[in-house]
Amino acid sequence: MKPNAISLLFSLLGSSLLMVVPSATAANSGPIKIGALFSITGPASFLGAPEDKTARMFIEKLNASGGINGRKVQLVVKDTGGSPEKAVSFARQLIEEERVCAIIGPSTSGETMQIKGLCEENKTVLVSCAAAEVIVNPVAKYVFKSPQKDSQAVLWIFKTAKAKGITRLALLSSNDGFGAAGKKQLEDLAKEEGMEVVVSEVYDKQATDLTDILTKVKSRPGVQGVVNWSIVPAQSILAKNMRQIGLNVPLFQSHGFGNLRYVQQAGAAAEGIIFPAGRLLVVDELPENHPQKALLAAYKKEYESRYKEDASTFGGHAYDAILIITEALKKAASTEPEKVREALENLKGVVGTAGVFSFSPTDHTGLDMDAFEMLTVKDGKFTIYKP
Amino acid sequence: MGTGDLALQYLLSGITKGSIYAVVAIGFNLIYSATGVLNLAQGEFIMLGGMVAVTLAHYVPLPVAVAGAVLVVTLVGCLLEWSLFRRLPNHSVLHLIIVTIGVSIVIQEASLHIWDEKVRSLPYFTGNEVSSIHLLGAAISPQVLWVLGTITVAVVALHGFLKYTLTGRAMRACSANPEAAMLAGINIRNMRTLSFGLSAGLGALAGCVISPITMTHYEMGAPLAIKGFAAAILGGLGNPMGAVAGGLLVGVLEAVSVSRMPAAYNDVAAFVVLLLVLFVRPHGIFGLPSGQAVREH
Repeated sequence: MKPNAISLLFSLLGSSLLMVVPSATAANSGPIKIGALFSITGPASFLGAPEDKTARMFIEKLNASGGINGRKVQLVVKDTGGSPEKAVSFARQLIEEERVCAIIGPSTSGETMQIKGLCEENKTVLVSCAAAEVIVNPVAKYVFKSPQKDSQAVLWIFKTAKAKGITRLALLSSNDGFGAAGKKQLEDLAKEEGMEVVVSEVYDKQATDLTDILTKVKSRPGVQGVVNWSIVPAQSILAKNMRQIGLNVPLFQSHGFGNLRYVQQAGAAAEGIIFPAGRLLVVDELPENHPQKALLAAYKKEYESRYKEDASTFGGHAYDAILIITEALKKAASTEPEKVREALENLKGVVGTAGVFSFSPTDHTGLDMDAFEMLTVKDGKFTIYKP
Repeated sequence: MGTGDLALQYLLSGITKGSIYAVVAIGFNLIYSATGVLNLAQGEFIMLGGMVAVTLAHYVPLPVAVAGAVLVVTLVGCLLEWSLFRRLPNHSVLHLIIVTIGVSIVIQEASLHIWDEKVRSLPYFTGNEVSSIHLLGAAISPQVLWVLGTITVAVVALHGFLKYTLTGRAMRACSANPEAAMLAGINIRNMRTLSFGLSAGLGALAGCVISPITMTHYEMGAPLAIKGFAAAILGGLGNPMGAVAGGLLVGVLEAVSVSRMPAAYNDVAAFVVLLLVLFVRPHGIFGLPSGQAVREH
């Protein structure tokens, strides 16, 4: 509550105050400025709020341990409220006025796609915390992202569905950037993977009741499973409505479901939902020798003791984004955009919360299929899905 | 599912949504009748109702929390009228409508600071998230019956209040002819405060009963206000029972459109019908043309 108020105030004040301050960051002394665009408030706040908290925590710790190559790091956070228009104007501000050396965020795919071109033109490294594949495909030289690709999530879902003998699916998605990108991936890959799409519907991202759409799903014969692709609260509403109208087929959600809050909101209806996610949510179940175990356990513990709320994979995406940038900065030993970009593109084997990152000129996500684990909900908690 | 069962399922879904729009539309009407102002902060009352009830529910039993929320939000409504609109007697209706937009933004931002950006909800009044009641081949959540029941009772009570009690009649008198009402010894200013309070309380009650279904968060008010506004216009402004019909119509139209077309077009269908109706009857289905309304009184 408090950090929101403060950041909101900052984003309001920041725009007017900081304009008069001459930018001195192009110089090679003083703090390294990193910009951050998070939707701390608004419909995507469950992404942006933990991202914001994580980013602040990360930078504080980094500076306490001496910063990067002896220079402190300053994080300039802007709250986009989930609006692509605001994301564009804040991105301009970060690039032109703040002269940041790199930007992390935005939180949502819709916003990221709006500023992809802008960052490319201005040669500013962007590490997005949003998942849609279109962000890095086609590859833009300066644009990277930290979450797993949505095509990988789709493949995991289809694989799991097939193993359960499910081939006839109903696809539902929200009418925002994440939903639209997911819908396209689902429909394209369904053909390749031999899945049959019986019905595909799009609902409003602010939808408060989905019984009518689910009635339509129920009316189509032969639907064996429902795949829902969204990051909005409708994920919980959908799960409840399905059970209420007696549509008793397995429900698969996207990696956007990785927030315990949604499970709590859906209550008993969340039981048995299957979805792909990073391993942060099931860190306790990982074997001791898993490469991510130590990092995940440390992040989760630190976040939860500091903010008194459950850690989510979304905060982890911000953790990874900053981690990648700081690693690149350390390696480049410079804040020159081209050098940072090159260093980032050649990072290999960086252990993050989502997986082990290895970038290349053609792969700006750096994660492979292994970065996902299929999870399910049991007794109100996330657990690894075992068929 | 047979065709008949399916139609019933769609109809129930439409009625559920529609009854929520209807409550918002009634709220618009109450304040519009008494003050001539369209209160665009109407959706915020619903949000506040849900938020306050969720908070109270941590400390007291659910029925007390709901009653408390209705009371608190009613007071907020009265306070708004008393502190803002009463102080602006010489301003045009248009100015006041713009003030309501400001109020709506202030309430939203204040809620963001008081609570936070997270989604929360009241527990289901009966059963839980997966309970379902079978009704002639359709299945619905018991909460839907709570919503329909509560809203029906509220509407009937409101109708009785406006029609048969002295205060209710005085309120209607203010809307029909403020000057004559004043000459008859009615305190118009208090009636206006009352209309804000009633409208806010009604909104809060709706906000509580729908909370388990739609969930409550600080931004939920605005989209509801838009749909409720459409329902109020469709039913005819100034006619609370028209608002009920308007709300149900918008809800059912949405459900029908989902059954026939991709769900993405559902708002388009509802608003196209709204526009068509307004072309034929600019004053709404049950509203009277303003000239005629004056003549009747």
